[in-house]
Amino acid sequence: MSTQELVIPVPREIVTEPRRSDKVFRGVVTGGGLSSLGILGLIAIFLGYRGFEVLRQEGIGFITHSDWSISTDDSGNVLDSHFGLAAMLVGTILCSLIAVVIAVPISVFSALFLNFYAPGWLKKILITIIDMMAAFPSILFGIWGFLVLMPSVEYWAKLLHRYLGFIPIFDMQVPVYTRSPFVAGVVLSIMIIPIITSVSREIFSQAPLDRIQAAYALGATRWAMIKAVVIPHGRSGVIGGAMLGLGRAMGETVAVFTVLNIVFQVNWQMLLGAGGNVASLIILKFGDASPYEIKALMAAGLILFLLTLIVNAIANLIVKTTGKSGR
Amino acid sequence: MTMTPAPTKPWAASTKDRTIDGAIFGGALLSSYLLVFLTPLKGKLAYFVCFFIAYAIFTTSIKGLQRGNAAAKDALVNSLVAVGAIVTVIPAASILATVLKKGLPGISFGLFTHDMALATPTDPLSNGGLLHAITGTLTLMVLALIMSVPIGILTALYLTEIKGRFTGPIRFLVQAMSGVPSIVAGLFILSAILYPITKAYSGFMGALALTILMIPTIARTSEEVLNLIPNDLREAGTALGGTQWRTVAMIVLPAARSGLVTAVILGVARIAGETAPILLLTGGGDKVNPNAFNGPMGSLPYYIWKSFNAGSPEAITRAWAGLLVLVGLVLFLFTSARFLGSRKVSK
Repeated sequence: MSTQELVIPVPREIVTEPRRSDKVFRGVVTGGGLSSLGILGLIAIFLGYRGFEVLRQEGIGFITHSDWSISTDDSGNVLDSHFGLAAMLVGTILCSLIAVVIAVPISVFSALFLNFYAPGWLKKILITIIDMMAAFPSILFGIWGFLVLMPSVEYWAKLLHRYLGFIPIFDMQVPVYTRSPFVAGVVLSIMIIPIITSVSREIFSQAPLDRIQAAYALGATRWAMIKAVVIPHGRSGVIGGAMLGLGRAMGETVAVFTVLNIVFQVNWQMLLGAGGNVASLIILKFGDASPYEIKALMAAGLILFLLTLIVNAIANLIVKTTGKSGR
Repeated sequence: MTMTPAPTKPWAASTKDRTIDGAIFGGALLSSYLLVFLTPLKGKLAYFVCFFIAYAIFTTSIKGLQRGNAAAKDALVNSLVAVGAIVTVIPAASILATVLKKGLPGISFGLFTHDMALATPTDPLSNGGLLHAITGTLTLMVLALIMSVPIGILTALYLTEIKGRFTGPIRFLVQAMSGVPSIVAGLFILSAILYPITKAYSGFMGALALTILMIPTIARTSEEVLNLIPNDLREAGTALGGTQWRTVAMIVLPAARSGLVTAVILGVARIAGETAPILLLTGGGDKVNPNAFNGPMGSLPYYIWKSFNAGSPEAITRAWAGLLVLVGLVLFLFTSARFLGSRKVSK
């Protein structure tokens, strides 16, 4: 006789445990992904470590004083040193602010033109030109700015001083127009216009189409539509783009160094030919710096790094939240 | 017989509209000419500004008279955005024209076959050349490529394939890294590697700094490309029993191949002309130096910088010739990236 044996199927064990090859793969990829964290951290640590001695000696004076001098005896021992970045920081901020003030209106207008006015073929050509400009090396802007652009900009500065001199920012006592922060600002603005234009263009192109068409259907002119739909949608994105440009302008080295006269004195007069710039200071002093001065330059680099990091972080947060919010 | 009404386009510009537009343009041209002719204003800038102001005034007032206030504002903004676009493009045109005009006289065959070991920047142009600079720049680019491509693509893979806990922070950090000033990258290599370990300038040090600047460009562009790969492909790979590793290596990466090449080329274009870290780290030799780990290495940006600072007319011509070669290189990379980028996902 045979009894049917009842076989209860045992449920197969379901594993979510990845295989070894996948574990290795995930480990390697995660490691590669975390490298950006590592590099940024190492930059801060090493520059801080090298500059620590100078930072401790100068204290808060490192960013509030503006003399830069070091004297050594014959065997290279440091007798006396004063390092202060105030003039350079003021100069960096002044130049990049001038650049942003010039670049933002131009970029916003050309972004509007690209999105809402230009016919398709022209748009394609213009976008290619703007992207190409963003890829130009900065030394090109520097030498072009020095040899080609500077004479015209000095002429504009004279015009500004003659006709608008009563406004405090265009005022100055000594008529020296060569290599002023204004010239550096104009060169920087040309360098950051492509960046701000492409960020603004992207934000503007995300403006909700239904609202654009609704505005047109209600009989709006193109400008009325832009004012009612595109600008409210894109405003904070443009601010983010402007800050990205500001960050780029602050860290720019070679282009500024070729067109700016570096003077260790705080100068807020933008037309006067005496400015400062942290990045250019490093290039200027690096060539014949003693080991101790190099440490001061490292500290200056750290300050510049932190400054651009903060500006960029804020800019990216703004651009990201605008991109998401949609309308 | 049926009548078919002829199609009309009521929105298209009529002959009358076109005449008015043409008249406005011509009037603005004429008045800018008269203004420059009759007043002490001089120069190209004066023509441009007068023309723009005259055009804006004419178009605003005529459109305003025709169709009221809203149309007047629209016409004004119309001319403003056009000026914005023109002002954006003028510098690019001027830069390209200047580089061609000033660089071409300095280009000769000898430029590509000699280095500067036996010549100084102020010598006549027939002496010396930029062979050492071209080989140096190519060496730097290749070294930076070897180091940054794996890291950049791994970062992009983490952001698109693994999507782990750190996705948000890493995306943020990569963005932040793309804002690191090039001089800071140079100082970092100086402080972390050159001073404590090697204690000598070499091409490799420069390549390390360039790697830092290149990673974010490659990572961000590759991420965009990998995001374009349809998820169906990944699911198909998994359904066929592939592990994640096999799916990524055999399906996702090959599908994204040309886009990834674009990302790499954009990264190279980003660093080809970087000057600040090169000045700090490579030492800028005047001789062809095939060994990147030993001895100073010349490069195009360093050559341009040195010639430009030497200041004599010959040296400035050398600098422009170097710039022309550098811009040619960057534009070649840029164009090939464009060409490949137009088909981001290969079949």
